[in-house]
Amino acid sequence: MPASVFAPWNDPSEKPLIRFRNVTKRFGDFTAIDDLSLDIFEREFFALLGPSGCGKTTMMRMLAGFESPSDGSIELAGQDIVSVPPNKRAVNMMFQSYALFPHLTIWDNIAFGLRRDKRPKLDIADRVEEMLKLTRLEKFARRKPHQISGGQRQRVALARSLAKAPKLLLLDEPLGALDKKLRQDTQFELMDIQEKTGTTFVIVTHDQEEAMTVASRVAVMDEGRLIQVATPDAIYEAPNSVYVADFIGDVNIIAGIASSTGPGRYKIAWREDQAPFVAMSDKPFSEGAECYLAIRPEKVQISAQKPDEAANTVQGTVLDIAYLGNISTYIVELANGTQIKAQIANTRRISNRSFTWEDTVWLSWSDTAGILLDG
Amino acid sequence: MRRFALIAVPYIWLLALFLVPFLIVFKISLSDIALARPPYMPQFSWADGVWDFLSQLDLENFTFLASDDLYWKAYLSSLKIALTSTVITLFVAYPIAYGMARAPQEWRPTLMMLVILPFWTSFLIRVYSWMGILSNEGFLNQFLLGIGAISEPLTILNTNSAVYIGIVYTYLPFMILPIYAALDRLDASLIEAAEDLGCSRLQAFWLVTIPLSKNGIIAGSFLVFIPALGEFVIPSLLGGSGTLMIGKVLWEEFFNNRDWPVASAVAVVLLLILIIPIVLFQRNQQKQSEEES
Ligand SMILES: Nc1ncnc2c1ncn2[C@@H]1O[C@H](COP(=O)(O)OP(=O)(O)O)[C@@H](O)[C@H]1O
Ligand SMILES: [Mg+2]
Repeated sequence: MPASVFAPWNDPSEKPLIRFRNVTKRFGDFTAIDDLSLDIFEREFFALLGPSGCGKTTMMRMLAGFESPSDGSIELAGQDIVSVPPNKRAVNMMFQSYALFPHLTIWDNIAFGLRRDKRPKLDIADRVEEMLKLTRLEKFARRKPHQISGGQRQRVALARSLAKAPKLLLLDEPLGALDKKLRQDTQFELMDIQEKTGTTFVIVTHDQEEAMTVASRVAVMDEGRLIQVATPDAIYEAPNSVYVADFIGDVNIIAGIASSTGPGRYKIAWREDQAPFVAMSDKPFSEGAECYLAIRPEKVQISAQKPDEAANTVQGTVLDIAYLGNISTYIVELANGTQIKAQIANTRRISNRSFTWEDTVWLSWSDTAGILLDG
Repeated sequence: MRRFALIAVPYIWLLALFLVPFLIVFKISLSDIALARPPYMPQFSWADGVWDFLSQLDLENFTFLASDDLYWKAYLSSLKIALTSTVITLFVAYPIAYGMARAPQEWRPTLMMLVILPFWTSFLIRVYSWMGILSNEGFLNQFLLGIGAISEPLTILNTNSAVYIGIVYTYLPFMILPIYAALDRLDASLIEAAEDLGCSRLQAFWLVTIPLSKNGIIAGSFLVFIPALGEFVIPSLLGGSGTLMIGKVLWEEFFNNRDWPVASAVAVVLLLILIIPIVLFQRNQQKQSEEES
């Protein structure tokens, strides 16, 4: 890997900024975090992704110091921080609810943390102005939180948590309240800020697109465990499980029985009356093992005639077409009722498209398009 | 028409139950004492006409109040006792309200019940029972003597201390409830945010909890201060001869001296004194409801 690429997680000599070691968190007899180990490196933009209730907020609260693990240890820059109270950690958190102080102006909200450090007044003023500028809130400095919009409030919360220039910034679903356009703008803003300040960000989100956009690495969680931790493209292209493949983006999952046909090459029997699919896989499968073939819709071609050289072909009829503007998703029903999604860019005007409802079409994909999973 | 009727109801209520009685009392305060029934004059009669009636009214009783230092001393002493007991009530009520707001959700109705429970017993009976507790042979002294904390019984009953105890005890719920309401609304994540930004627990309390319960504190203080200022039962049952409160003076003027005009003048001045905190209280309530909307 070239030196210019930011990938400290591949460098064994690199020391992680945060290290979760076998952390378990129980609330009563409910286990919210289950024996979880994780390293996060300096300057990373790390995203925690998972369904509601999987323990994302609990992870953040343990980092901020509001919860302590029932078991295991958490290190920040090589130091065990479990016994360090929140106000003594070089960590700031942007709360899911923003938690702005309603009795203070925007200016005072942002200055709140700086004042606790007993810095000179002028320094504080400079820093607050800087933060206001960064988040484009100069005009609202004298207002109270209830006098500004949701999007502005969210930027105040961000400015407040950035003001102290923490080593680590925790963002708990920071963009949840924003509409899509503003959310995208803010995502780029966040990345920009992260680059400018060099702060390590850990962001919680349940929006997979958001995680893919901003993150250097993504951790997919489920029921208090990490299912996969990898770069966004690895998560997307090489999910390690059906759960991850299904959680991130759209995917066709076909269950079948694997049998080897060569080194790294497998045949997947999925219906008795149909030819088996073929797929390459680095992961070994034993003969007759149950497996799942995961194929992204955009990797499935659709054509009127049976293509000659494709590794996998299957015939079906167009059941439904979802027009999404730039792309269309075709849902094709095979003879046995299985539905497969194929995505095509809308390079032609909608009235000129080649296929419509009820058309008989051929779907095809290469032997490297899909990924073979064991569960 | 229906809207008019709806608006009219509270006004008619105020008119009938506050303004008219007040005007009657005000009129008596401008009259002279008389050995008659009712014990003041002039009495209005259609025969003499309105002018004749009005010309007999004067401010004599008010000048009398100003000239005799008993009255302004009583007002001042009432103010002092009301203020002091409001502050003490605040300090007792705040931790209780705070504890209630922090208690597990399922406990809160029970705790609230316990705060309101004393209202189920007559106020008078509760004050009388304090006499039994505070007297020289009372429960408190017997207990303290019993555990050997004191060798001589403490004189509490018939002193100002007993009055303070009585007022704090009686008005405690009026202080607890508004503060509890404010603390209950307080979002716990604000305290965490304060700690996250470098506050110790104590700093977070001062910088976030106290300012955000300010409205509750103000409301509670007025709810205690206003009735405490005119309090009569507590000083006359628990206080001693040295306890000077305007409510007691008022009672004595009415029932011992049967000087209705002077008593009415005392009441009118008391009301004027109370108008200031009442207006301030209304402002606070209004500001609060504006902030919430
Ligand atoms: N203080 C608590 N007491 C009991 N259960 C809790 C507490 N905090 C979180 N939980 C439970 O832990 C699980 C994970 O919660 P959380 O970390 O908030 O999930 P999310 O991934 O949606 O942020 C949830 O099932 C939640 O009910
Ligand atoms: Mg959450």
